[in-house]
Amino acid sequence: MSGAPASAPPVIEVRGLTKYFGSVIAMKDVSTVVKAGEVTCVLGDNGAGKSTFIKVLSGVHRHDEGELLIDGEPRHFDSPRDARAAGIATVFQDLATVPLMSIWRNFFLGSEPMKGAGPLRRIDVRFAQRTMREEMAKMGIDVRDSDQLVGTLSGGERQAVSIARAVYFGARVLILDEPTSALGVKQSGIVLRYIVQARARGLGVIFITHNPHHAFPVGDRFVVLNRGRLMGAWDRRDVSRDELVRMMAGGAELEELTHELDEELARTREKPQ
Amino acid sequence: MSEPATLDPIEPAGPGSVDERLAKVGALARLLRRPELGALLGALAVLVFFSVTTEQFGTISGAARWTDVASTLGIMAVAVALLMIGGEFDLSAGVMTGTTGLLMGILATEVGMNLWIAILLTFAFAAVIGVINGVLVIRTGLPSFIITLGTFFILQGVNLGGTKAITGTVRVSGLLSADGYDSAQRVFASSFWEPNNFRISVIWWIAITALATWVLSRTRVGNWIFGVGGDRVAARNVGVPVARVKIGLFMTTAMAAALVGIMIALRLGGQQASQGIGEEFNYIIAAVAGGCLLTGGYGSAVGAAMGALISGMTFIGIQFSGWNTDWRFLFLGVILLLAVLVNTWVRNRAEASRR
Repeated sequence: MSGAPASAPPVIEVRGLTKYFGSVIAMKDVSTVVKAGEVTCVLGDNGAGKSTFIKVLSGVHRHDEGELLIDGEPRHFDSPRDARAAGIATVFQDLATVPLMSIWRNFFLGSEPMKGAGPLRRIDVRFAQRTMREEMAKMGIDVRDSDQLVGTLSGGERQAVSIARAVYFGARVLILDEPTSALGVKQSGIVLRYIVQARARGLGVIFITHNPHHAFPVGDRFVVLNRGRLMGAWDRRDVSRDELVRMMAGGAELEELTHELDEELARTREKPQ
Repeated sequence: MSEPATLDPIEPAGPGSVDERLAKVGALARLLRRPELGALLGALAVLVFFSVTTEQFGTISGAARWTDVASTLGIMAVAVALLMIGGEFDLSAGVMTGTTGLLMGILATEVGMNLWIAILLTFAFAAVIGVINGVLVIRTGLPSFIITLGTFFILQGVNLGGTKAITGTVRVSGLLSADGYDSAQRVFASSFWEPNNFRISVIWWIAITALATWVLSRTRVGNWIFGVGGDRVAARNVGVPVARVKIGLFMTTAMAAALVGIMIALRLGGQQASQGIGEEFNYIIAAVAGGCLLTGGYGSAVGAAMGALISGMTFIGIQFSGWNTDWRFLFLGVILLLAVLVNTWVRNRAEASRR
């Protein structure tokens, strides 16, 4: 389902986005769109320019060339705060929660709900705990003990806290930076489900990953980066999982590698026992 | 605060998520999770031990003695605990009690100021030292351990050298005749509840512990203190002003030292130039005994106050037992090691039992 009428401009559109660091071309001519209620997967190996891409979108870096359009309007983000104000929330893999703080304190850290006046002004703990529970329930997690420390949650649940928090505080686009890379198979599946849920709630999602098997089941659009350049961009209906895997591995490179490995294997078998 | 995104609530993820649900936590695990539990039990054990082995310890006048020792230590331990929860140390906290007492004394006696004005200036001076400590730590990114070790030695030099240069002796004296001494003495250094003579510093200690507990558990700043100590990058990512929180904590510690320095100087009518040197470790021991983690992000003000109580009770208990009071160092060392072990065990248990 789509959260916006077909005529509305995409929440984010980038055209020919380019970023240099001195003489190094970190990202060159990257174009794609992120629509409400859709998942745009950004795939690439290490050093492909994924981080640069996220950092431009989340306001950490300014792009040097090309256009960044938010709701159809050209923008330049000067700080992460600018990006947040535009409704773009970035969930970094490990740097999003404080392990020794309780779930509700983490959820509202930096934006604590207050009540009372003067010296009695205090955190509205009941409201914070209830809201956190409700938001987590929407992600399919039943938090019975809101004082539980975040450090005792699994990696997937911690991602859920970050995602639920971003959504609650008004994010329209979620940027998830390698949310599955440190997780096992089962935990990865849970995070993928959160991504589908966020999409169903009408959010635009940018899912950064180097794993095509994680990207394919949830993605509506796939952007593959390699060495800072756009290798290709497809809608879901135009690409198969195998093609995606081949693109990711660099296509020809993978075929060459397979060939070499086969030869190697044949050689070891030929050796006399 | 922004409004929540108004979207249709969706169904929870279904049966697949059941094993992701979090286990129910019993009352015992809840209690074990409190950082101050160990110190509370420790304080009880020390209280019972000396009450049984000596006659005076368990009496009200005995309590007046050990709460006196615990109070000035406790005020500092609570401030140091806040700083430790915020992820920093202050080794200059001990010598600051000397510097501030001496400064107040010199302003009142050598300069001839009204004592209250001297007290105000002393607090302002402490705040500035706190800012310097904080800004140096934030700007250089060096461990606060090293920065405040530097401040410690600078202040120690100033205390000893400056006092000798100004007064010609190793102490500042003559506060009793200073303008405003009577009223200042009533606020900072008097006694109450005749004939047991509890020190007014005990009231300050309790009030400061209560205030710190309120700040930590119910205010925005308290949440930020846990956040910057637990993970400063994560805290900054969600918009917590990390530098301001840390500098504020260094100011708090320095100003608590000023309060204690003023109390001690007013109580004695003057101050030795060597006051407070070495005390900084007692504050840290009390805070750690109270459940503060050396790595930051975890701890409590009540725990630190309890840690100070253990220290105070031990000091007086050893006196009442007729042993040499130098044995207290051995005892404090054991307490520190035990506390670290217990903290680790309790935390691991509280976390592991719910996996």
